Amino acid sequence: MWVITDQKMILAKVLGNIVATQKNARYDNARMMLCEHITPEGEPTGHTVLALDSVDAGVGDTVLIVQEGWGASTAATGKIGAAIDSAIVGVVDHIDLLKAE
Amino acid sequence: MQLARVIGTVVATVKNPSLHGRKLLIVQSLNKDLAPQGKPLVAVDAAGAGIGELVFWCRGKEASFPFKREDTPTDCTIVGIIDSDEHVCCG
Repeated sequence: MWVITDQKMILAKVLGNIVATQKNARYDNARMMLCEHITPEGEPTGHTVLALDSVDAGVGDTVLIVQEGWGASTAATGKIGAAIDSAIVGVVDHIDLLKAE
Repeated sequence: MQLARVIGTVVATVKNPSLHGRKLLIVQSLNKDLAPQGKPLVAVDAAGAGIGELVFWCRGKEASFPFKREDTPTDCTIVGIIDSDEHVCCG
Protein backbone atom coordinates (compact mmCIF):
# COMPACT_ATOMS: atom_id res chain seq x y z
CA MET A 1 0.00 0.00 0.00
CA TRP A 2 1.39 3.37 -0.95
CA VAL A 3 0.25 5.22 2.19
CA ILE A 4 2.47 3.80 4.88
CA THR A 5 -0.10 3.76 7.65
CA ASP A 6 1.40 0.99 9.74
CA GLN A 7 4.84 2.60 9.93
CA LYS A 8 5.21 5.65 12.12
CA MET A 9 8.88 6.31 11.51
CA ILE A 10 10.29 5.74 8.04
CA LEU A 11 13.57 6.09 6.19
CA ALA A 12 13.49 8.36 3.17
CA LYS A 13 15.72 10.22 0.76
CA VAL A 14 15.18 13.93 0.19
CA LEU A 15 14.46 14.65 -3.49
CA GLY A 16 13.70 18.34 -3.39
CA ASN A 17 11.27 20.87 -2.07
CA ILE A 18 7.95 22.40 -3.04
CA VAL A 19 6.73 25.97 -3.05
CA ALA A 20 3.19 26.74 -1.92
CA THR A 21 2.13 30.32 -1.31
CA GLN A 22 -1.47 29.59 -0.35
CA LYS A 23 -1.45 27.18 2.54
CA ASN A 24 -2.64 26.62 6.07
CA ALA A 25 -1.29 29.34 8.38
CA ARG A 26 0.49 26.78 10.56
CA TYR A 27 2.81 25.95 7.63
CA ASP A 28 4.21 29.49 7.48
CA ASN A 29 8.03 29.69 7.50
CA ALA A 30 8.29 25.91 7.18
CA ARG A 31 10.40 24.12 4.61
CA MET A 32 8.42 21.45 2.85
CA MET A 33 10.50 18.64 1.39
CA LEU A 34 9.58 16.05 -1.21
CA CYS A 35 10.99 12.71 -0.03
CA GLU A 36 11.03 9.18 -1.37
CA HIS A 37 10.56 6.22 0.94
CA ILE A 38 13.57 3.85 0.90
CA THR A 39 14.27 0.38 2.25
CA PRO A 40 16.94 -0.11 4.95
CA GLU A 41 19.28 -1.22 2.14
CA GLY A 42 18.81 2.19 0.53
CA GLU A 43 16.67 1.07 -2.39
CA PRO A 44 13.99 3.60 -3.38
CA THR A 45 10.45 2.21 -3.24
CA GLY A 46 8.97 4.83 -5.56
CA HIS A 47 6.53 6.12 -2.94
CA THR A 48 6.89 9.82 -2.35
CA VAL A 49 5.80 11.75 0.71
CA LEU A 50 5.88 15.41 1.72
CA ALA A 51 7.37 16.27 5.10
CA LEU A 52 8.15 19.46 6.98
CA ASP A 53 11.83 19.88 7.73
CA SER A 54 12.91 20.46 11.34
CA VAL A 55 16.62 19.59 11.04
CA ASP A 56 17.87 21.50 7.95
CA ALA A 57 18.04 18.41 5.76
CA GLY A 58 19.31 18.87 2.21
CA VAL A 59 18.66 17.28 -1.17
CA GLY A 60 20.16 13.78 -1.31
CA ASP A 61 20.19 13.25 2.45
CA THR A 62 18.81 10.08 3.97
CA VAL A 63 16.40 11.17 6.68
CA LEU A 64 14.08 9.90 9.37
CA ILE A 65 10.47 10.92 8.93
CA VAL A 66 8.00 10.64 11.77
CA GLN A 67 4.46 10.04 10.54
CA GLU A 68 2.41 10.77 13.61
CA GLY A 69 0.65 14.06 13.97
CA TRP A 70 1.49 14.97 17.55
CA GLY A 71 5.19 14.32 17.15
CA ALA A 72 5.38 15.75 13.66
CA SER A 73 3.71 19.07 14.43
CA THR A 74 5.71 19.49 17.64
CA ALA A 75 8.97 18.81 15.81
CA ALA A 76 8.20 21.01 12.83
CA THR A 77 6.46 24.00 14.41
CA GLY A 78 7.16 23.71 18.13
CA LYS A 79 3.45 23.54 18.88
CA ILE A 80 0.84 20.82 18.86
CA GLY A 81 -2.45 20.86 17.03
CA ALA A 82 -1.31 21.72 13.51
CA ALA A 83 -2.55 19.90 10.42
CA ILE A 84 0.81 18.25 9.87
CA ASP A 85 1.23 14.47 9.60
CA SER A 86 4.90 14.08 8.60
CA ALA A 87 8.10 15.76 9.74
CA ILE A 88 11.79 15.15 9.12
CA VAL A 89 13.28 14.62 12.56
CA GLY A 90 16.77 13.37 11.79
CA VAL A 91 19.49 13.04 9.17
CA VAL A 92 20.84 9.49 8.93
CA ASP A 93 24.63 9.14 8.94
CA HIS A 94 24.75 5.43 8.20
CA ILE A 95 22.76 2.24 8.66
CA ASP A 96 24.31 -1.01 9.85
CA LEU A 97 22.47 -4.10 8.68
CA LEU A 98 23.06 -7.74 9.47
CA LYS A 99 24.36 -9.33 6.26
CA ALA A 100 22.24 -12.12 4.79
CA GLU A 101 24.09 -15.47 4.72
CA MET B 1 1.38 14.82 3.57
CA GLN B 2 1.04 13.84 -0.07
CA LEU B 3 1.32 15.71 -3.34
CA ALA B 4 -1.93 15.45 -5.33
CA ARG B 5 -3.94 16.79 -8.23
CA VAL B 6 -7.58 17.81 -7.81
CA ILE B 7 -9.47 15.79 -10.40
CA GLY B 8 -13.09 16.30 -9.43
CA THR B 9 -15.72 17.49 -7.01
CA VAL B 10 -18.25 15.62 -4.90
CA VAL B 11 -21.79 16.83 -4.27
CA ALA B 12 -23.47 15.41 -1.17
CA THR B 13 -26.74 16.98 -0.10
CA VAL B 14 -27.39 14.82 2.94
CA LYS B 15 -24.35 14.84 5.20
CA ASN B 16 -23.18 15.40 8.74
CA PRO B 17 -24.19 18.97 9.73
CA SER B 18 -20.58 19.86 10.50
CA LEU B 19 -19.72 19.27 6.85
CA HIS B 20 -22.20 21.92 5.69
CA GLY B 21 -20.47 24.54 3.60
CA ARG B 22 -17.36 22.43 3.15
CA LYS B 23 -16.07 21.68 -0.33
CA LEU B 24 -15.44 18.01 -1.08
CA LEU B 25 -12.88 17.34 -3.81
CA ILE B 26 -11.47 14.21 -5.40
CA VAL B 27 -7.69 14.14 -5.27
CA GLN B 28 -5.26 11.84 -7.04
CA SER B 29 -1.95 11.49 -5.23
CA LEU B 30 1.18 11.91 -7.33
CA ASN B 31 4.78 10.74 -7.19
CA LYS B 32 7.92 12.79 -7.87
CA ASP B 33 7.29 12.69 -11.64
CA LEU B 34 3.74 13.95 -11.05
CA ALA B 35 2.41 10.58 -12.20
CA PRO B 36 -0.53 9.00 -10.34
CA GLN B 37 0.36 7.05 -7.19
CA GLY B 38 -2.39 4.98 -5.61
CA LYS B 39 -6.13 5.44 -5.79
CA PRO B 40 -8.08 8.72 -5.87
CA LEU B 41 -9.47 9.92 -2.53
CA VAL B 42 -12.11 12.36 -1.34
CA ALA B 43 -10.67 15.28 0.60
CA VAL B 44 -12.25 18.22 2.42
CA ASP B 45 -10.87 21.52 1.18
CA ALA B 46 -9.26 23.94 3.65
CA ALA B 47 -7.17 25.93 1.16
CA GLY B 48 -9.60 27.11 -1.52
CA ALA B 49 -8.41 24.65 -4.17
CA GLY B 50 -10.13 23.97 -7.49
CA ILE B 51 -10.14 21.35 -10.21
CA GLY B 52 -6.78 20.85 -11.94
CA GLU B 53 -4.70 22.43 -9.19
CA LEU B 54 -1.65 20.81 -7.64
CA VAL B 55 -2.20 20.57 -3.88
CA PHE B 56 -1.01 18.73 -0.82
CA TRP B 57 -3.19 16.96 1.68
CA CYS B 58 -2.88 15.83 5.26
CA ARG B 59 -4.28 12.58 6.61
CA GLY B 60 -5.46 11.24 9.94
CA LYS B 61 -6.76 13.05 12.99
CA GLU B 62 -4.66 16.08 12.07
CA ALA B 63 -6.81 16.55 8.97
CA SER B 64 -9.58 18.04 11.11
CA PHE B 65 -7.31 20.63 12.76
CA PRO B 66 -7.71 23.38 10.12
CA PHE B 67 -11.39 23.46 11.06
CA LYS B 68 -12.84 23.91 14.52
CA ARG B 69 -11.15 20.91 15.98
CA GLU B 70 -13.86 18.45 17.02
CA ASP B 71 -16.23 19.84 14.52
CA THR B 72 -15.45 18.32 11.14
CA PRO B 73 -15.34 14.57 10.57
CA THR B 74 -12.52 14.25 8.04
CA ASP B 75 -9.36 12.21 7.75
CA CYS B 76 -8.13 13.76 4.51
CA THR B 77 -7.88 17.54 4.10
CA ILE B 78 -6.29 19.75 1.46
CA VAL B 79 -4.05 22.15 3.40
CA GLY B 80 -2.11 23.94 0.67
CA ILE B 81 -1.90 24.77 -3.01
CA ILE B 82 1.43 24.35 -4.82
CA ASP B 83 2.17 27.39 -6.95
CA SER B 84 2.72 25.45 -10.20
CA ASP B 85 4.10 22.19 -11.54
CA GLU B 86 7.51 23.90 -11.81
CA HIS B 87 7.47 24.58 -8.06
CA VAL B 88 7.98 20.89 -7.35
CA CYS B 89 11.78 20.95 -7.37
CA CYS B 90 13.67 17.67 -7.57
CA GLY B 91 17.44 17.69 -7.20
